[in-house]
Amino acid sequence: MAAADELTFHEFEEATNLLAETPDAATTSRSDQLTPKGHVAVAVGSGGGFGAEDEVEEDSDKAALLQEQQKPQPGFWTFGYYQSFFDVDTSQVLDRIKGSLLPRPGHNFVRHHLRNRPDLYGPFWICATLAFVLAVTGNLTLVLAQRRDPSIHYSPQFHKVTVAGITIYCYAWLVPLALWGFLWWRKGVRERMGPYTFLETVSIYGYSLFVFIPMVVLWLIPVPWLQWLFGALALALSTAGLVFTLWPVVREDTRLVAAALLSTVVLLHALLALGCKLYFFQSLPPEHPAPVPHVSALPSSAPLPPTLPQSRATS
Amino acid sequence: MAEAEESPGDPGTASPRPLFAGLSDISISQDIPIEGEITIPVRSRIREFDSSTLNESVQNTIMRDLKAVGKKFMHVLYPRKSNTLLRDWDLWGPLILCVTLALMLQRGSADSEKDGGPQFAEVFVIVWFGAVTITLNSKLLGGNISFFQSLCVLGYCILPLTVAMLICRLVLLAKPGPVNFMVRLFVVIVMFAWSIVASTAFLADSQPPNRKALAVYPVFLFYFVISWMILTFTP
Repeated sequence: MAAADELTFHEFEEATNLLAETPDAATTSRSDQLTPKGHVAVAVGSGGGFGAEDEVEEDSDKAALLQEQQKPQPGFWTFGYYQSFFDVDTSQVLDRIKGSLLPRPGHNFVRHHLRNRPDLYGPFWICATLAFVLAVTGNLTLVLAQRRDPSIHYSPQFHKVTVAGITIYCYAWLVPLALWGFLWWRKGVRERMGPYTFLETVSIYGYSLFVFIPMVVLWLIPVPWLQWLFGALALALSTAGLVFTLWPVVREDTRLVAAALLSTVVLLHALLALGCKLYFFQSLPPEHPAPVPHVSALPSSAPLPPTLPQSRATS
Repeated sequence: MAEAEESPGDPGTASPRPLFAGLSDISISQDIPIEGEITIPVRSRIREFDSSTLNESVQNTIMRDLKAVGKKFMHVLYPRKSNTLLRDWDLWGPLILCVTLALMLQRGSADSEKDGGPQFAEVFVIVWFGAVTITLNSKLLGGNISFFQSLCVLGYCILPLTVAMLICRLVLLAKPGPVNFMVRLFVVIVMFAWSIVASTAFLADSQPPNRKALAVYPVFLFYFVISWMILTFTP
């Protein structure tokens, strides 16, 4: 049945190769191809015939492979371009997450874990998870507070999902953009190491946000000093990862620029964590002096500007 | 396929030429003649099928679509490895489910609109854009499922959560209290697990084996968010 085999599959390959060689040719009909196939099929049954047919196959295979290697990079409007950013396996993503959780001074996240193949899967879904976890646990603290103090009015506060999502995604995409732009602008000063690509910067930031997810879940414990402790710990881990990754790049720059850049990065990260804590987890006083039914949450003696809760209550 | 490959030398015969007719002249060592006819006599049937759906009564059309939707609901409620949801996808079911869910999640009271539960548009956006995002994610990871097939599966697997919403609304008519909450929590957790099992039964096979977890995790997140919306619903 070898004749049937080659007619059903290999004939298609030959057709494409014939077309590639003679682009002006119209699609060939079956009878034209039947003749060369018939010619080869006559020799079927003898070893030499099979050999000839294999050679024909191999040549066409090689030709196809060579054509593939010479194909240009897919343009940014094609689907294949974006598929190259999602070319990761489960084990690779887990390894990158572990690398961001345990930053080590010598290890550069980009070189060691990303291995110059950044992906967008991690940053995108870590940001989505963080946004939803923030909204959900913020709501859960309200539930727990209501159980302690029934006068607090519980509401699902669904708009916090929108706020969380916008904040996290803007942070995870605009700050790397600014950082990448700044590093690229300063790249003339550096000799040894070029700047990271935009995607690598986004990956660094995305994976560094992962440690905030368990931090946010642990913030459910309604003990204020413990919350601040967890926050400080997670912030330290996250910014350590960022600093260790950025250090080789800014090291060659002037002291001033390097210090300013690193401290800005750390400050922005800290602001994000602080903002999340204060907006989503407004801690409630343990004893409520008088019932106030319309305000859903009251801040404790946190260094908040007094305009913030009032604007929330009246908006 | 046989009909399309008619050689041009042939006169336009009504019946297509046998496929391997020319080969019967070649003698192979075992001397087995290979000839036969491969015809696909559906052409006439397709034409009459097309015109008949145009002329049939509205009731027939609606009943046929409703039956298709109902059949898929059954497949979701008793998930087996079958291809029905994938082969004949349709988006009526997901639309019906999404609208039902969004309507049921509406609160009656108009006060504290800002602090309240999800608006109709928010539910709609979460369901549809969530499904589109998960579909894009699974296609970018290299899955070989088509766009609308994946949307269809994800939409249909919201059915258990819609049933949970119905049950929660009924349970909320009773006296509020911790028992009430525990019952609702139990129902939502069970239906959440059911949704995930149903959707992975259909979707998991389309992914490359070392990326299955990457493709399933967003589905988990999606149904978790919907379950959260159902659980926090207070009338």
